[in-house]
Amino acid sequence: MAKKLLLEKAHVEGIRTYDVYRREGGYAAVEKALKTLSPDQVTEEVKKSGLRGRGGAGFPTGMKWSFLAKPEGVPRYLVCNADESEPGTFKDRYLMEFLPHLLIEGLIVSSYALGSNSTYIYIRGEYAWIPDILEQAIAEAKAAGWLGKNIMGTGFDLEIYVHRGAGAYICGEETALIESLEGKRGNPRIKPPFPAVKGVWDCPTVVNNVETLAAVVPIINMGGEEYAKIGVGRSTGTKLLSACGNINKPGVYEIDMTISVEEFIYYDEYCGGIPNGKRLKACIPGGSSVPILPANLLLKTAKGETRMMNYESLSDGGFAKGSMMGSGGFIVLDEDQCVVRHTLTLARFYRHESCGQCSPCREGTGWMEKILKNIEMGKGKRSDIDLLWDIQRKIEGNTICPLGDAAAWPVAAAIRHFRDEFEWHVDNPQECLVRNYGLAHYADPLEIVTPA
Amino acid sequence: MIKFSDEKLKKVDEIVARYPQGKQKSALLMILHLAQEEFGGWLSPEALDYVASLLKLEPIEVYEVATFYSMYNLKPVGRYVFEVCQTGPCMLRGSDDIIAYIKQKLNIGVGETTTDGLFTLKTVECLGACGYAPMMQVGKFFREHLTREKVDAIIEECRRNAAANN
Repeated sequence: MAKKLLLEKAHVEGIRTYDVYRREGGYAAVEKALKTLSPDQVTEEVKKSGLRGRGGAGFPTGMKWSFLAKPEGVPRYLVCNADESEPGTFKDRYLMEFLPHLLIEGLIVSSYALGSNSTYIYIRGEYAWIPDILEQAIAEAKAAGWLGKNIMGTGFDLEIYVHRGAGAYICGEETALIESLEGKRGNPRIKPPFPAVKGVWDCPTVVNNVETLAAVVPIINMGGEEYAKIGVGRSTGTKLLSACGNINKPGVYEIDMTISVEEFIYYDEYCGGIPNGKRLKACIPGGSSVPILPANLLLKTAKGETRMMNYESLSDGGFAKGSMMGSGGFIVLDEDQCVVRHTLTLARFYRHESCGQCSPCREGTGWMEKILKNIEMGKGKRSDIDLLWDIQRKIEGNTICPLGDAAAWPVAAAIRHFRDEFEWHVDNPQECLVRNYGLAHYADPLEIVTPA
Repeated sequence: MIKFSDEKLKKVDEIVARYPQGKQKSALLMILHLAQEEFGGWLSPEALDYVASLLKLEPIEVYEVATFYSMYNLKPVGRYVFEVCQTGPCMLRGSDDIIAYIKQKLNIGVGETTTDGLFTLKTVECLGACGYAPMMQVGKFFREHLTREKVDAIIEECRRNAAANN
């Protein structure tokens, strides 16, 4: 059984309430940090822990914190990114819904480290019932003296506020989130200046994901070095994965990044295999933006090694033969699924969510959706597949924010690994309307690539 | 002339106070949510102008935000809006069938409202409930693990609630 640092207490009755959370050892990290550590020492612990941003990019959190500018007399802000919107990802919702005090505790410690006296939780608007849960937790924490003025007599003041979005995936991008927090359209900003220098209301700002901030609690409790011993290589600590699609047990799982992808899919303590005895066709292991892999490349790397559930192993082989850990949104497709249709829904998603600021993304996402729809409906041409490839190449890297890349990658990976399924759609316009291409050869053992 | 109740106006002040002095524009998204709840589930031009005046903003600052975010309805909607997710993970678990079933059952297309004004059907993109698919949002809450039977039950529940509140 993998070590649990975040979800260990998730099933304790009443853990949502302050009294139970406190009784179970909650707020010990706040006590330890505020009483025994300086803000810089907290940052140092987070650096030592090797914690990487859990929102998707995987950037080292301690390093991000150390970039925060600290000019005299200018307020600094911590903003918690709870705009979880990447298809396949629903782990932050789970944390906020069931362990709200864990997030609040992480926010207090992190705000102390960064010197933020007003910290905001930017939560996606559709999670409309969760602000009530968070505000209840904030009120309880405040009543117990963990928030407000001069916390524990240390002179540190902190208020935490919940800010609701209103339906826009793009606001998960940190500069779009900042714009939205300022009451504007969620158009990403050109960087530099980075938020660490000029963020919300032109003040230095750190934006971190919910899970990242929750992970600060065990890091302070156990010490950064101990935390770094969990996991493997640069994938330290534990990671929440949200598993969905064609599996027996969809849900949120905490892993310590030492298990294999195959174990994660088939073991009963995780996804519990694929329903109805179906076979695995493909999987998107880290949220809809990351490359889809056919079964054979998912379970084993191109070098023939067992693929593990961690940052390094999932990206082994680069985009040609690998994928990414991303946000931990794990989407499984069984043998009956159609990759063209699935890719179409993702293309539609990105077209819908493009903010429209950059032409390659605004126009390109719409073209990709149209072409994919034609192929899916049996009205495609062979040249459409090359055209799709060409369009995605021209979006990637040519936009202000990474949404363009995020829209391009799923299409690129689908064509790279499932080109024959696309061709079959084009060549069999009648048949593709009534049946799917099926598993084909996607689970067959691969010829192992040996380095020259 | 539309206007928030005194209770809602207090709520507006409380929200504005969360942001630094002079940054009341930050409250805009939250106040638009309030306005939509208060004024019949959608934001009329009049409601948008009212919000602008409350926050001392130019009307265009409110319009450009209201048209950007997908949760704001700029046209009247039914009393209950079924927002069914259709993105990949929900599609894998049968959301297409759920959408087709609701269309047939309520005899409306996507984006349409039933003639009795009770139901509007919308398709939406990923709501973050992929592990509990297929799903839809109805008002504040998510309805998950949908089946045809569950859809029937939800429609019945809405009808009962509507009848009880009339």
